[in-house]
Amino acid sequence: MELLNLFIKATFIENMALAFFLGMCSFLAVSKKVETAVGLGFAVIFVLLITTPLNNLIYHYLLQEGALSWMLGEERASTINLEFLTFIAFIATIAAMVQIVEMAIDKFSPALYGSLGVFLPLIAVNCAILGGSLFMVQREYNLAESTVFGVGAGTGFALAMVALAAIREKLKYSNVPPGLRGLGITFITTGLMAMGFMIFGGIQL
Amino acid sequence: MKFLRKKLDAIAPLFEKGGKFEKWYPLWEAGDSFLYTPGHRTMSGPHVRDAIDLKRMMTTVVIALMPCILWSIFNTGYQAMLADSSYGLAAADSITMDVVMSASWIGLLAFLPIYIVTLAAGGAVEALFSIVRKHEINEGFLVTSMLFPLIVPASIPLWQVAVGIIFGTLIGKEVFGGTGMNILNPALTGRLFLFIAYPAQISGEVWTLLPSDPALAVDGHSGATALAAFYTDGANALQDMSWWDAFLGLMPGSFAETSTLACLIGAVILIGSGVGSWRIMLGCLFGMIGMSYLLNFFAAPGHYMAIDWTWHLVVGGFAFGTVFMATDPVSASQTDTGKWIYGILIGLLTVLVRVLNPAYPEGMMLAIIFMNVFAPTIDYYVVKANVKRREKRLGIQ
Repeated sequence: MELLNLFIKATFIENMALAFFLGMCSFLAVSKKVETAVGLGFAVIFVLLITTPLNNLIYHYLLQEGALSWMLGEERASTINLEFLTFIAFIATIAAMVQIVEMAIDKFSPALYGSLGVFLPLIAVNCAILGGSLFMVQREYNLAESTVFGVGAGTGFALAMVALAAIREKLKYSNVPPGLRGLGITFITTGLMAMGFMIFGGIQL
Repeated sequence: MKFLRKKLDAIAPLFEKGGKFEKWYPLWEAGDSFLYTPGHRTMSGPHVRDAIDLKRMMTTVVIALMPCILWSIFNTGYQAMLADSSYGLAAADSITMDVVMSASWIGLLAFLPIYIVTLAAGGAVEALFSIVRKHEINEGFLVTSMLFPLIVPASIPLWQVAVGIIFGTLIGKEVFGGTGMNILNPALTGRLFLFIAYPAQISGEVWTLLPSDPALAVDGHSGATALAAFYTDGANALQDMSWWDAFLGLMPGSFAETSTLACLIGAVILIGSGVGSWRIMLGCLFGMIGMSYLLNFFAAPGHYMAIDWTWHLVVGGFAFGTVFMATDPVSASQTDTGKWIYGILIGLLTVLVRVLNPAYPEGMMLAIIFMNVFAPTIDYYVVKANVKRREKRLGIQ
């Protein structure tokens, strides 16, 4: 029940794209067509699902103050604090994981690679992915929680992006003022969507 | 009347191409089609090119709104009289003709300034855009400007009315290209903007016009809406309320949201004339009933969750939103199946927010805006499923 709450919270209440405005670059760039948005959405869910728990392990067993006690013993480990490496370690993990996963998919499932593969390098440097890992540290999630949080955050991001893509497909037929066509109206749409997502703000789970 | 027609025709050349006031053509056109039936039909906008003009569609909505408007004028005054001790009126007293007359007068004095400001401020934006972008001043604005004053509290400052309707018309509609191209309901966008930006004036106990002299205020009178009472006291609040009062609308609230009866009359007009979608309305109703039953099932006695659907139907903005806001043909789902899904989710989310989200006592506005955001997605997948089904039937796949 706790985990279900966390999932709903990560998906709707603390939506990566529309509550924190993370990952805007791919959110705006890849939301022109619903099909590509769905593809990228699944890629984000997938990468968050893998990297958030992985970074959780790295943080708890390598970086945190005293985390090395399993290797060096309590006493010596308590003097070591590698937290200053958090950003670099997380980014390196994400980039490496994305590359490995991409190669694995290419090898074992060419069909999936065809629909997902092209998006994977694109989100290796997506701030929503790094944000997922950093929120995980800040909120002190354990391994199970960080897995659920990763999937939830990815689902919320994908949902928002598909909705934006559907709106943009509809907006193609709109007579938007010339100065606002393209990204301008997309920014305004994103703002209005965020207003809609406020429906969940304040729900206590 | 012939005189007026002649006058209009006489000045027409000034506004037509090459005329002195060519730029102001939309203003002349708006005045002309407001007074007389135009000889042409709408060429764009939220409907197929049928014999029915956008003007008639929008006028039908305004007619359907009439019971709500009349009731809101009376009820606003009535609530103000109950709050002011100098009238000596108690809720238990029978409502005589005198009370109706003086209440309507007070209500009219409250409603008219808000309506006029809405028309002036929103109309200015609309006119500006129509001149610069050379489109007609659309009847869509007539409905938006009618709906907007009906969903704000009577005590709202007039400058906020102006800010709200300008935001709704400008960001909610005109930047997307005008009537028929917006993604969210413009009137609701304006209200949501006010709700977020100036929460003090549009939530809490602002629903009744209080007497200007605080000494005249009735002791113990609180302008709290039924939903606020539900939130503090749960189902126990039902003891002090009568369902028929809530159904008729003798309660504090935004102008037109209080009376479910008036909204029902509007619904009959909208469905009968084919302007409003019965699928969306029924969908909202079913979603609301379903979610209420689900919550009732888990509820402890006396808790908010124990309140049944008959109450959710009559309090707050559910009826008004279902009939007039959710059915907006532009921002709602366009496909038949999509309309069911869209409606059901609105009803469901409304009850969810009312009961489970302590930040907002009322969920109708946010539920409709939220589903407006997802309406194109729903349509996309409904159309896609339809294509797949037909391909299968023909054996293409």
